Amino acid sequence: MNIKSIIANRVAKEFNDGNLVNLGIGLPTLVANYVPEDIEVTFQSENGFVGMGSAPEKGKENPNLVNAGAQYVTYKEGAAFFDSSISFAIIRGGHLDFTVLGALQVDEQGNLANWMIPGKMVPGMGGAMDLVTGAKKVIVAMTHTAKGNIKIMKECTLPLTAKNQVDLIVTEMAVLKVTDKGLVLKELGPNVTVEDVIANTEANLIIPENIGRF
Amino acid sequence: MKKIKSVEEALSNIKSGMTIMVGGFLGVGSPELMIDGIIEKNINNLTFIANDTSFPGVNYGKLVEHKLLKKIYTSHIGTNPETGKQMHSGETEVILTPQGTLAEQIRAAGAGLGGVITPTGLGTVVEEGKQIIEIDNKRFIVEKPLKADVAILRGAKVDKKGNIYYDLSARNFNPIMAMAADLVIVEADEIVEVGEINPNDVMTPHIFVDVIVKGGK
Repeated sequence: MNIKSIIANRVAKEFNDGNLVNLGIGLPTLVANYVPEDIEVTFQSENGFVGMGSAPEKGKENPNLVNAGAQYVTYKEGAAFFDSSISFAIIRGGHLDFTVLGALQVDEQGNLANWMIPGKMVPGMGGAMDLVTGAKKVIVAMTHTAKGNIKIMKECTLPLTAKNQVDLIVTEMAVLKVTDKGLVLKELGPNVTVEDVIANTEANLIIPENIGRF
Repeated sequence: MKKIKSVEEALSNIKSGMTIMVGGFLGVGSPELMIDGIIEKNINNLTFIANDTSFPGVNYGKLVEHKLLKKIYTSHIGTNPETGKQMHSGETEVILTPQGTLAEQIRAAGAGLGGVITPTGLGTVVEEGKQIIEIDNKRFIVEKPLKADVAILRGAKVDKKGNIYYDLSARNFNPIMAMAADLVIVEADEIVEVGEINPNDVMTPHIFVDVIVKGGK
């Protein structure tokens, strides 16, 4: 498996039967491919539906059926469509079990920065701030570093998307849980050592005696 | 009351300097002919409210390229680099707002509410300069309602009274914008007789709709 698939596969193991999940654009979208077959997970698309399915076959695209990244998708049996106000009531109102998003930076306090780089890139927050504020659990799914640049910080230096909202960080190197005391190293990725993780992380890590593997 | 008008007649309601809101999400569920008409007639200096600024050359994304907008309220501009360019040069003012907040600001305007009280954006630049209130020991940002002179929507089926049925994810911001403007224009893929849409399936009641134009689909 490539790095992205390793991360997506590990994230999917967090879900339980019956969960409602929103996946961000990019790497998080891949998570849908790894949901265990014995559980049923419903995917929400913030442009206004629950029950999102995979990409359509060639020639079966419907211009009125896209995900929040304007990519053609399908819907599953039992899907439901609604307006943006209801979509964000679902998101903000605590009806969403998980949101999975990428990050530019994440830190020890569970702060997340993923919506702008001042002077360079200002795409806007879209639905990210509502998702991170409102979902019951926030999972950051990302490569551990960006071309060698550290992303898991003591304190984010980029403008925040939300404060103290991240619950779990899943990278190809580790699973880190955000706690009141800081980041706990819960699991190590394939062929990764504790030292590798420490070397690629700025944040202080709490290292328990027993660390899992994925 | 006869609501069906030509695109030309409908466009006569939109003047330079007005505030318009346009339904759609990255151009899906957005009026096409009305947008092209605004460009042809060079209606400019507009304040624009929409979820995003679409893609270059796609639907309302074209309003940005033609420099018809002086101020934009939106949640995302990343898919249209021209918006970012105009924002950085100071040519166009861009107010970036979390998507859920934007939806509720529009809904609040249509629902006669004084504002939106939301936790989204706390601890970020979004809360800067805004009123913060505490309710039951929790902090919230107060966001004001967003209203427009004209809302331009797109419906899949619209009956001659103005009842609207939307198709799949083309619904998005359309129903809430239908309540938040002085004048509401809907571009219909199909105009049907009254009664052809089952009353149970009406997604925007006709009382919100002033003008119906036939879309080009």
